[in-house]
Amino acid sequence: MHEYSIVQSLVDSVESVARPYEGGSVHHVYVDIGELAGVDCDLLQTAYDTFREGTICQDAPLTIERIAAQWECPHCHLAIRRGEILRCPSCNEPAKLAAGDEILLRRVEMEVA
Amino acid sequence: MCQDCGCGDPNLVPIEVQHRILERNDQTAIHNREHFSADSILCINLMGSPGAGKTAVLEATARAAGNPRAFAALAGDLATENDADRLRAAGIRSRAITTGQACHLDAELVHRSLHGFDLDDVECLFIENVGNLVCPAVYDLGQAANVVALSVTEGEDKPLKYPTMFQKADLVLLTKTDLLPHLPHIRVTKIYDALARVMPDPQVFTIAAINDSGMTQWLRWLEQRRAKLASSAPATHHHHEHAHAR
Ligand SMILES: Nc1nc2c(ncn2[C@@H]2O[C@H](COP(=O)(O)OP(=O)(O)OP(=O)(O)O)[C@@H](O)[C@H]2O)c(=O)[nH]1
Ligand SMILES: [Mg+2]
Ligand SMILES: [Zn+2]
Ligand SMILES: [Zn+2]
Ligand SMILES: [Zn+2]
Repeated sequence: MHEYSIVQSLVDSVESVARPYEGGSVHHVYVDIGELAGVDCDLLQTAYDTFREGTICQDAPLTIERIAAQWECPHCHLAIRRGEILRCPSCNEPAKLAAGDEILLRRVEMEVA
Repeated sequence: MCQDCGCGDPNLVPIEVQHRILERNDQTAIHNREHFSADSILCINLMGSPGAGKTAVLEATARAAGNPRAFAALAGDLATENDADRLRAAGIRSRAITTGQACHLDAELVHRSLHGFDLDDVECLFIENVGNLVCPAVYDLGQAANVVALSVTEGEDKPLKYPTMFQKADLVLLTKTDLLPHLPHIRVTKIYDALARVMPDPQVFTIAAINDSGMTQWLRWLEQRRAKLASSAPATHHHHEHAHAR
């Protein structure tokens, strides 16, 4: 269960983003979590809701966008579907992950006076 | 303007960012990597399920290599120092990192253990991660390569169930192969097929630590990785904001 430590880092990240808006309060937090990031979104949501008490995120709900894994050939950019052999059938190149391993803070909505 | 909760608050400022949530860990991992490259040490992050045979592989590595002085290990464990003790008995200088509740090592834990750890003459530092197929893959430690121990008793579809771990692996050690005669239902080809669906360029070595089989190939791989490290990274002096205890 590393989702708690991720929430800790998330709250730190929100703090650093919110710092210039002194006096404002955090209203809503948005994150992108890749399918292959190794983070369980339900656990992350639960951990966030437990941990945000008493932090800068106390009154800010969390919206998690799950980013699907996208494999493609680095050569011809052919998309390789998940579950298939991760090698381009025409170029024989190993596939590259184009999306799906991100653990990103994407957007913070601040309420300013 | 608030988009979602309908509060219609005009004082809302949306701030769009692309902020890596684990940025601090990643920075520390970069710092660790500088330590290793300055000392020409190949650092391997060894991961796998509980009981996959990680410590046994390292014990066999020490036996097969002839010169255990060239190896060091940090052994992550929830509660005990048993693995570090076993590795020391095998001749590998080791430190335990007991994580308590945490199911994985992070770069800061590794950095703290590096300082004051005598790595003179060490060519290869193994970090035996906490036995767990999910969490350790999330945290960069500063390693040059990820190696995953997967035992033949774990089931053919393990890679498909834990794609993150295998996607990040540079090498898979298929362990406990001495048991295959007792496991007629396990087909190794099935394991290879599963790996090819989660690893773009799967490299797999078969190993039986119990009778030291498969060690030659593994030692050669380590040697090649270390040579590659030496040629790609000229040892630069890295900067420190903290004092080194070594
Ligand atoms: N038959 C057989 N048993 C093995 C082999 N390697 C390890 N084992 C056994 O598997 C069990 C676990 O081995 P360890 O080396 O402790 O595994 P580990 O991955 O380090 O375990 P944790 O650190 O607790 O996650 C022990 O009982 C070992 O004796 C092998 O090659 N063959
Ligand atoms: Mg062990
Ligand atoms: Zn975890
Ligand atoms: Zn192609
Ligand atoms: Zn340092």
